[in-house]
Amino acid sequence: MTTATLIDSWTMTRRGLAHWARQPVQVAVQLVFPVMMLVMFAYFLGGGMTVPGGGDYKEYLVPGTFALTMVFGLEGTMLAITQDLNKGVIDRFRSMPMARSAVLVGRSALDMLQSALGLLVLLGVGLAMGWRWHGGPGDALLAVGLLLWLRFAMLWLGIFLGMAAGRPEMVQAVQILVWPLGFLSNVFASPETMPGWLGAVAVWNPMSATATAIRELFGGPGGGGDSWAADHAQLLAVCWPLALIAVFLPAAVRRYGRLSR
Amino acid sequence: MADSDPAIVVEGLRKTYRDKQALAGLDLTVPQGTVHAVLGPNGAGKTTCVRILATLLRHDGGRAEVAGYDVLRDPDEVRYRIGLVGQHAAVDEELSGRQNLEMFGRLYHLGGRRAAARADELLERFGLAGTGTKAVGRYSGGMRRRLDLAASLIMRPRILFLDEPTTGLDPRGRTEVWNAVRSLVDGGTTVLLTTQYLEEADQLADRVCVIDGGRAIADGTADELKARLGGDRIEVVLRDAGQLTAAASVVAGATGAAEVATDPDRRRLGARVTDRVAVLTETVRALAAAGIEAEDIVLRRPTLDEVFLHLTGEPSTADTAMTDTAGEETLV
Repeated sequence: MTTATLIDSWTMTRRGLAHWARQPVQVAVQLVFPVMMLVMFAYFLGGGMTVPGGGDYKEYLVPGTFALTMVFGLEGTMLAITQDLNKGVIDRFRSMPMARSAVLVGRSALDMLQSALGLLVLLGVGLAMGWRWHGGPGDALLAVGLLLWLRFAMLWLGIFLGMAAGRPEMVQAVQILVWPLGFLSNVFASPETMPGWLGAVAVWNPMSATATAIRELFGGPGGGGDSWAADHAQLLAVCWPLALIAVFLPAAVRRYGRLSR
Repeated sequence: MADSDPAIVVEGLRKTYRDKQALAGLDLTVPQGTVHAVLGPNGAGKTTCVRILATLLRHDGGRAEVAGYDVLRDPDEVRYRIGLVGQHAAVDEELSGRQNLEMFGRLYHLGGRRAAARADELLERFGLAGTGTKAVGRYSGGMRRRLDLAASLIMRPRILFLDEPTTGLDPRGRTEVWNAVRSLVDGGTTVLLTTQYLEEADQLADRVCVIDGGRAIADGTADELKARLGGDRIEVVLRDAGQLTAAASVVAGATGAAEVATDPDRRRLGARVTDRVAVLTETVRALAAAGIEAEDIVLRRPTLDEVFLHLTGEPSTADTAMTDTAGEETLV
């Protein structure tokens, strides 16, 4: 990556930060949404939940919500990309001698920043609710790293889908579909409690791999399991996002280049 | 690029979208420091042409050079030398005017301080200095277009593309944009302008290229094109249809028109004329002298439809109806 690319990407990130400064309420709502989910599941439904192998449901739920928030970040990325590409300003960017990749790199830096902030807020709320990490700080940092790694994969999937969707209205379909896909995992409930084949799908959900891996790293309940996927959760939490990035990062960049067709 | 080299050279330019041919071998040469209007109806290929020249779109055949650089081989060299004002203001509507100009300045690698200074200069020059932190989304159409123009001029480009710069603007906004373009041209900028309005081409351009169906069908100065159209048209409506024949010979005498068309049902006659004002006064005077009472006398500019009718011998192939921009001037 050349200096010009870095400078241009930073300019694009600053553009996003300026948007935040003008829309503080919107930014706050996006930060509060996962907190709301966490509180709803912990206190409205949590009483009826049991954790496989025993343990406090909140200890099981909080790391799961971290993983879910990373995946739900997909919608925000997608929406931002479709909105941007439908605005006239993208024509000006493309008629200027700036780095081609800066629009996408700037977007990814901004979304990663937002997700990191969201995670920070969620960690604070989790701690306030009584969740604790039991391992060392190194393991906790590794867990945060795995979460952001998952978000980075969702980022490029989102950029690709955003360009493929073309129009903001199409994003609505994805906004609905992420719900069943998000719940078809071990985020809220153990796959063991689901019908056999659904449980098998849920175990292999990339989100489940990250959730199980960070539960292990935080030293809470719900780590491990009796399937291969659950036994190798940390490996999968690295490989699943890697595979998604390997496919969707080049695909997104190629697609952006094809805007001139 | 030597001073005598053209700013823009287009040869046999072709572009096909999935199933629609937008450009079918367009030729165009624009000398440096001139204003060239590309005139045509919706769907004629005007926007496609500008987007190819501004490196936003890749063509599939022919050649396009801007400022001496091939748009496909050296797009970044072209991008440093052009400014683009599209049909929709290409600015970030959530930011203020100043934030927009600073951002674009940074993306041209001016650095923070120079980008800010240039933003100030341009806001002042385009009468936007008082806009403060107001988001561009809340600007009027004319203000937005002026900001768009300012953004295009950050690098003082030698070549400026204006794609239907006044479409959707009220008369005041249109005049603002025209004045801005005129002052640029005085500074030596080459301008390629697309428009659906004959009047706009007439007001701003040194030369006009009429395109239809992705091809140039006429090229010349506005006056040359008008002469080919046979100039303006005078139309007279009489009180008494019985006087039509007498009136026709009076009008023929007063205007020197070879042919005067009559329409007894509407008590109307019409003729092509060249010298606008003299013809009008002479017709009024001659009709009065012959004791023929006119209900209405109208002097009308040719419409774009008539240009096409004249140039192609058939109505334009555009899918949408054209706007009749020829203002009617009614007297009496």
